[in-house]
Amino acid sequence: MNRRLRMAVLASAAALAVAIAAPAFAQETFKLGIVTFLSGPAADSFGVPARNGGQFVIDQLNKGAAPSPYEKVGFGGMKIEPVIIDENGGATKQVQELRNLYQRDNVDAVLGYIGSGDCLAVAPIAEELKKFLILMDCGTPRIFEESKYNYVFRTAAHATMDNVGLIRYMKAKNVKMETLSAINQDYAWGQDSRTDFVAAAGQLYPNAKLATDLLPKFGAGQYGTEISALVSAGSDVVYSSLWGGDLQSFILQASPRGLPKRSQLVFSAADHVLPPLGDKMPDGTIIGARGAYGLMSKKSPLNDWLFKGYEAANGVYPVQAAYRMTQAILGLKAAVEKAMAKNGGKKPSTDELVAAMTGLEWPSPGGLIQMKLADGHQAIQPIAFGRTKYNPDAKRVDLVDIEYFDAECVNPPAGVKSLDWIKGGMQGAKCK
Amino acid sequence: MNFFLTIIVDGLIQASWLFIVALGLTLVFGVLKILNIAHGSLYALGAYVAATAVTMAAARSLPPGVGFVAMLISVALIASAVGLLLERGLLKMFYGRDEVVLLLVTYAVFLVLEDATKLIWGVNPIYATQPYELFGNLEFAGLYYVGYDLVLIPISAAIGFAIWFGLNRTITGKIVLAVIHNEEMSVSMGVRVNRVYAFAFATGALLAAIAGALTAPKISIQPGLSSDVIILSFAIVVIGGLGSVEGAAVGALLVGLARAASVHLMPQAELFVIYLVMAGVLVFRPEGLFKREMARRI
Amino acid sequence: MNKGMHPLLMIALVAAVTLCGRVLPTWTLSLATIAAANALISLGIVVLARTGNVSFGQGLFYAGGGYCVALIANAWGLTDAVAQVIIGAICGGLLGLVIGPLIARYSGIFFGMLTLALSMVFYGALVKSTALGGSDGFNVGRPTLFGMSFADPREADFMLYAVAVVTTGIAGIAATILFRSEFGLASLAVRENNLRVEYLGLSANRIISINFVIAAIFAGASGAFALMAQRHIDPQFAYWTTSGEFVFVAVLAGNQSVAAVFVASMALELVRSFSNLYLPNTWQLVLGLFLLAVILFLPRGIGSLWVRSKRGTAKPGVATEREALP
Repeated sequence: MNRRLRMAVLASAAALAVAIAAPAFAQETFKLGIVTFLSGPAADSFGVPARNGGQFVIDQLNKGAAPSPYEKVGFGGMKIEPVIIDENGGATKQVQELRNLYQRDNVDAVLGYIGSGDCLAVAPIAEELKKFLILMDCGTPRIFEESKYNYVFRTAAHATMDNVGLIRYMKAKNVKMETLSAINQDYAWGQDSRTDFVAAAGQLYPNAKLATDLLPKFGAGQYGTEISALVSAGSDVVYSSLWGGDLQSFILQASPRGLPKRSQLVFSAADHVLPPLGDKMPDGTIIGARGAYGLMSKKSPLNDWLFKGYEAANGVYPVQAAYRMTQAILGLKAAVEKAMAKNGGKKPSTDELVAAMTGLEWPSPGGLIQMKLADGHQAIQPIAFGRTKYNPDAKRVDLVDIEYFDAECVNPPAGVKSLDWIKGGMQGAKCK
Repeated sequence: MNFFLTIIVDGLIQASWLFIVALGLTLVFGVLKILNIAHGSLYALGAYVAATAVTMAAARSLPPGVGFVAMLISVALIASAVGLLLERGLLKMFYGRDEVVLLLVTYAVFLVLEDATKLIWGVNPIYATQPYELFGNLEFAGLYYVGYDLVLIPISAAIGFAIWFGLNRTITGKIVLAVIHNEEMSVSMGVRVNRVYAFAFATGALLAAIAGALTAPKISIQPGLSSDVIILSFAIVVIGGLGSVEGAAVGALLVGLARAASVHLMPQAELFVIYLVMAGVLVFRPEGLFKREMARRI
Repeated sequence: MNKGMHPLLMIALVAAVTLCGRVLPTWTLSLATIAAANALISLGIVVLARTGNVSFGQGLFYAGGGYCVALIANAWGLTDAVAQVIIGAICGGLLGLVIGPLIARYSGIFFGMLTLALSMVFYGALVKSTALGGSDGFNVGRPTLFGMSFADPREADFMLYAVAVVTTGIAGIAATILFRSEFGLASLAVRENNLRVEYLGLSANRIISINFVIAAIFAGASGAFALMAQRHIDPQFAYWTTSGEFVFVAVLAGNQSVAAVFVASMALELVRSFSNLYLPNTWQLVLGLFLLAVILFLPRGIGSLWVRSKRGTAKPGVATEREALP
């Protein structure tokens, strides 16, 4: 072995050891770990808009430039110091990264996670370390339906409302559905969305028959054969929970083959592909945004602030993930300030923060967020759906025929598992 | 009847690009005895370069046909250059080592190329859809098909034929075959094996990249594209027999048809069908369909 | 194998590393636990590689052990860390017993590709199993040790660290003894030339199968550790790039020293952790270049930095010269 090379290897090992040493300690700031996809298939659709939304909001809050009731600087006067981490790499890596955030970087709270698998994996770790964790986006209802957490909160509604709301929209707009085909990715989000949609259809469209039911693998990219099968089936409605690159590929390949003409397309979470697809998006497609977000958001000073500010900063309007990040940060701000009002203005301890967050309600650009489920740990929120219509003058896809649903119309009541609620006929739903 | 026709057409469309990728993989293995894990990355490279070329052509408002040709030319140039660079600059250093070591080297190259594409093209999906509309749509067996998809079938057959012809009917091809067959003997007959290696690897890289370029207009090009392609093309060459051109063709057809049939008949089995075909073939022919048993040294 | 270290010395080393955990900062503890678990599975790959076969599908046994432990833990409320490791090892071993003999007749690249294909089939099946949480996987409770439960996070982390280090240490010592045994030497002979081994009256397939089962046992136990460390399991355990990282550690470590496997594994985890913070999107690039450098400059792994082997001795393991053509 070459002596010099050996020295070099040992020296770099020593350098690494030094780099690990003592993390800095922050005072009078609120150190916030933010976890979102910066790479991987979900980065472009969700992760990066979420990060951009987070950066915009934190920037505004630190300047004290946000509208009422969030005009205070930072969190109750404390400047927010974000540490942004990439969510890509699987649950194993995220568990380790979360520990590093709490134990090595000493963050005061962690906020983030888009993937359901990541949420499921990190929740028990935060609980065990007794550290504050906000899940901002992930879809699966399993997190609070299978376990109970004290230190973990989710500030966005779970995926049940995406499909219940979609069926309610179709019913409200008299969309004919005697036969139904579905194409969803073969992983938890796709499988669960499909189950929810079919179950909800069973309630409001009891005569609808399921024709072709496809589950291509995640990231498949080429859907030629699947499209042949869907076109051959010729159902009234083709449902899909595809998102991001997969959804764009699917639409690009399906449109020239006449699928949108033969069947009504309904997509449960598709708002984020409208800007990149532009005129390639077939008109009349029914889409959801997992909330009253983006082009479907209701006008309010808070919404104008986010929509216009985000658009000015990023050159494109905000989609679902940016809204979800915003509502999470605003919720945390509301909780911190509530806790500080109670303890006399000190930086709140984790337990004080938990007490303040539990059952909290706060206004967000996407409507009122209420922590009503799972003993005040799981949010419900309103949702909207609409139909696409390309606007050649503005060169963007507009949404028309927009319909809003109240949070309690599309979310299960406390204490009922979502799938049981759907199958039981969605008892106790309060719809206007 | 229509139903089976649909399966066959769908299967052929799938098989067309799979064949081109697998052909490159099997050629490299035949000559260099390297199972190139980075082959999928070269496919992804082709797709990315194609997207850049198409976008640049569209930005200069050239017609899509010109964009399509520009795409193929630029991919061919860049992929052969990268192939030569990899072989001459890197793989050469590891010849003579165990075949598993070479497998690991290509795994390392896969890791590097994965991130290199991210650094160059970013992590966001990019699109090169203009050529997809080039050949219009046509009705066939009661369904609309995109002309581009159908054109891929003869293109892939032509590429297959060109490689077969090149190997069996030209002097250079015969030299390559000689190296595949018996390297030591070729060396002693005065064949410059190094050149054959470089040539074969560059051709393999070229084929992977061309397959990537041809599929680029229909998909969103994003990180992670490569690992799927690697698994699929491995399965095909293992089915067909490592190093066999005919094997790659038959393997690609089998995989394409099996996938199409399962999507139409039994969608829930689609994920496993390739492995089932592979396992079925390997049980009866452990060396793949077209591999002859070789005498070995004791 | 170098003939240097006495088993007793190794035991002392394991004890010292375990005690070291008392002074390490908390966040490195769980990192080290994962590193020890990965070292265990990579050690299995080194064991198997001595027969000349590299498995690119150890994720199969890693996931098999993990899922087995997780299901039993949730069904019967079994939380004891040591029991979980043993169950993981048994499950991995059983899977290995089924698969090993089937696959032993293939060699070289076919062996690697078939193991990879099998693990991908398993991955596909897990993603399809909605009862097991599909691609999201599911959670398990926190482990206990001999009836003690650990409420303080640091103590819980240390307990797991200690069990992982001791288990990996024992496995390392066992491997060292195995390498020096008659069977271990016969394994090397299979790599050199399996036909000649057959002529000596030994069954090469049997030798490969046994080594395969040992590797599967290590992988199953490693899966149990990974499960306990993160209280969560999902099909990613069986994905081929997961297996690829274990092979990476094995190559990095080489076969000069069992301790090198642990060091390589720890180095990988540290690089991963910091590259994510400072160099997002270049982590695989760093990994790949590092791997190339090791294969090129340290063909016998980082173990050769501190173990000098005598010239002319056999050079077993993953990264070796191809035998000269006769």
